[in-house]
Amino acid sequence: MDTRQSSLAERHAVADGQPQVKFVTRGVHVYYGEKEAIKGVSLDILNNEVTALIGPSGCGKSTYLRCLNRMNDTVDSARVTGSILLDGTDIYDKKVDVVQLRARVGMVFQKPNPFPKSIYENVAYGPKIHGLATKKADLDAIVETSLKKAGLWNEVSDRLETQGTALSGGQQQRLCIARAIAVSPEVILMDEPCSALDPIATARVEELIDELRENYAIVIVTHSMQQAARVSQKTAFFHLGDIVEHGKTEQIFTNPREERTRDYITGRFG
Amino acid sequence: MTDTSRTTSYLQSEEAARRVKKRYAAEKRFRFYGLAMISIGLIFLAILFYTIISAGLLGFQSSQIKVQVPLTAENLGIEPGASREDIEAISGFKLTKLARASLHTYLGLADGDRDARARSDGLLSNGVDTQLRDLILDDPAIIGSTVDVWLMAHGNVDPFLKRQISRDLPEERRLLNDQQLGWLDRLAADDRAALKFNTNLFKMGASADPELAGVAVGLIGSFFMMVLVVVIALPIGVGAAIYLEEFAPKNKLTDLVEVNINNLAAVPSIVFGILGLAIFINLLEMPRSAPVVGGLVLSLMTLPTVIIATRSALRAVPPSIKQAALGVGASKMQAIFHHVLPLAMPGILTGLIIGLAHALGETAPLIMIGMVAAVFDIPGGPLDPATALPVQIYMWAGLPERGFVALTSAAIMILLAFLLTMNATAVILRKRFERRW
Amino acid sequence: MPNDHIVTSYDKELENLRSSIARMGGLAETQIAGAVDALFKRSAERAEQVVEADKALDDLEIAIERDAISILARRQPMASDLREIVSALKMSSVLERIGDYSKNIAKRVTAINESDNFRIVRTVGDMAHLVQKMLKDVLDAYIDQDAVKAMDVWERDAPVDELYNSLFRELLTYMMEDARSITPCTHLLFAAKNVERMGDHVTNLAEIVFYLVNGEILEDTRPKGDRTSFTVLRPNED
Repeated sequence: MDTRQSSLAERHAVADGQPQVKFVTRGVHVYYGEKEAIKGVSLDILNNEVTALIGPSGCGKSTYLRCLNRMNDTVDSARVTGSILLDGTDIYDKKVDVVQLRARVGMVFQKPNPFPKSIYENVAYGPKIHGLATKKADLDAIVETSLKKAGLWNEVSDRLETQGTALSGGQQQRLCIARAIAVSPEVILMDEPCSALDPIATARVEELIDELRENYAIVIVTHSMQQAARVSQKTAFFHLGDIVEHGKTEQIFTNPREERTRDYITGRFG
Repeated sequence: MTDTSRTTSYLQSEEAARRVKKRYAAEKRFRFYGLAMISIGLIFLAILFYTIISAGLLGFQSSQIKVQVPLTAENLGIEPGASREDIEAISGFKLTKLARASLHTYLGLADGDRDARARSDGLLSNGVDTQLRDLILDDPAIIGSTVDVWLMAHGNVDPFLKRQISRDLPEERRLLNDQQLGWLDRLAADDRAALKFNTNLFKMGASADPELAGVAVGLIGSFFMMVLVVVIALPIGVGAAIYLEEFAPKNKLTDLVEVNINNLAAVPSIVFGILGLAIFINLLEMPRSAPVVGGLVLSLMTLPTVIIATRSALRAVPPSIKQAALGVGASKMQAIFHHVLPLAMPGILTGLIIGLAHALGETAPLIMIGMVAAVFDIPGGPLDPATALPVQIYMWAGLPERGFVALTSAAIMILLAFLLTMNATAVILRKRFERRW
Repeated sequence: MPNDHIVTSYDKELENLRSSIARMGGLAETQIAGAVDALFKRSAERAEQVVEADKALDDLEIAIERDAISILARRQPMASDLREIVSALKMSSVLERIGDYSKNIAKRVTAINESDNFRIVRTVGDMAHLVQKMLKDVLDAYIDQDAVKAMDVWERDAPVDELYNSLFRELLTYMMEDARSITPCTHLLFAAKNVERMGDHVTNLAEIVFYLVNGEILEDTRPKGDRTSFTVLRPNED
């Protein structure tokens, strides 16, 4: 499996002239106090691809996702071991600043969580604190392009001063995506981004994910296997804190190699 | 299948119907109890308000007697066109005598009738000299003319004009004898004795005469202390709460601090008074009876409340907001100060209101630090001696004169008004915060 | 399937689908046997039965298609379930084709019967027997989820082709010898061709079973034994 992936990565690298593997994670363990939540996960995350993490509740997929931008740091009892390399640099190295890291690795959460401020403020917040724009005009431009990329500009361009929380659920989630891409990250992590949305809003977000793939590496945790099948190129199946199987989405969903994977995706778990 | 049908038939049976009826009856009963409890509460509240307001309204009125006073330069013993200092230097004795003489003239009492004169003097307040002096100071041009002026009546006159004391009492047990009452009736018939609005209540400090006593000193003292509490307890309390909630490492020491804060909120307030006495007055040698010490003591007392309220307000902010901020790369402090704190502000303000209301009504610790002294002069700053509204009420409640009964209730009404104003301000502030965010 | 779905009605639907395919397979087998039987017994009545019975196969195919589409729409099957549905769809249409070939053979019985003294060449019967056995085996492989067995069937098509080649030459010779035999021989040739096609379809079934079990599409091409497309017989050469 690994050799296959690295050779794929090399193929990409030759094609575009830049390294295509964004994250290399090897032997990642996460402990919450005494409890081992992740037991040695190794996975590569490639640029311009959507990697879906699936698995039953409590399998560690969200925990793994949160390792990638060190969101686990906010949990006092969490301890992470193993190596997580972003473009070859270990993100758990002492020299890596977590604030900078989170600007490079953006995150979209399960429940749409816009700040209770105006739409404009929501998108402009990240660039402001990172000092990406000093002039108002620059900030305006960032807000506009981010909202356009998130496919929300046409719907909100005439009411940027209204509260972000006044939007519909689907719009809120796209606003959160716009907020994440406003700081021009390289990787976007999505933790069940559609679980609170209706099917139409879900379809919009999925369409957006597919468009964003052109410029970012995307990792998405989802409970909907159909969604994983629809949006991702690679799928990794987590179970009991371990990756049971990972590979091309097509293969995972038509011909999984592991029985546990098959049982899970066909609805036979028990 | 059989199970379902059995259940169905049971649900349609009479016994089931009875059970349902019983359940509804229980609910109805509970609603009735609730309503009854609320009614009882409202009735008690109404009784409380009725007692305070009915007694207090009289406190807002004072008996006054209109007298024609010839304010000639000769009578006042000054040159025409005298300076302010000269006017201020007029002896109170002279002014009192002038006012009393004017009343003698009105009542037609002969020079030699010393007894009658003394009795007539008993109708006027001991504070008429100040009243007259203020009148002249306000408008020195009136020197030389005879003014028809309302002067404070003596505290003994007040209950009769307010009809608090029956005239049927035997003369020896009455504060005024038959002659004095006759004069009073004559004055009243002549529209020269009446109840007027009691401006002294808001202008004056402590006094042994009810007609000259006021809450001004207490009001100002309380105001200074509340300002101090807001300035000291709010930033310290909020800061401590943020640190404990968001930054403090979770260990035994933090737990200990937490337990102590929770316990401090339950410590009797008098303990804070003893603490204030020991530290601020004995150790730091701060002035006694000063609002600054009172404010510090009340701040200490309010701190735990503010800390606890702030912590629960911070905890009530959905963690998703903080995560969102961290997710776009905000530092922990930025996430808290930009997003969490503003959302917690309404809750913090609510806690502050509760703390302030508590502090405003506090008496015991203030007594400990000497704010129970009778202060006559309006304090100019927080370092001047003052008293507090609740202490003033406490002191008046212990005085025997009839007039102080009404004054006590009136002061309670003022205290309530103070409290309502303070709460309204906080509610408006909170509303503004909610709208901004 | 080793363990069951959490949703039991899903299991029931898949089970129905599987048994429908098995039933269709059984019917198709009977149809081959019936057609060949009618051919050798020269029984128009028997042939009529076979033609009639093909209707049942068509109905089953439509039913399977409907069920499969319904499962696809409602259950969004994944992995082995998805392959099961897709296989059922494909197998039902292949089995329906096999049924059509049997019907076609049965239809030719009347025409062949016109020539009284025409002897039915035994080879057709042998071919039909082989194909019938292959069909039975591939259905067993389907029910047992046995890819090895399916591959075994896949390789057994070659003898059928060989038989067909020799039959082709034989019938050509008859036709050259006696012009009156041309009509029955042509019909018989078509019947034999149908049997040979059935054999090819059975290998398709074997490939489907292989995919169903292994999840991989069999990409190797099977060696084709039917060389009749290139066979030329010249009378003066003999």
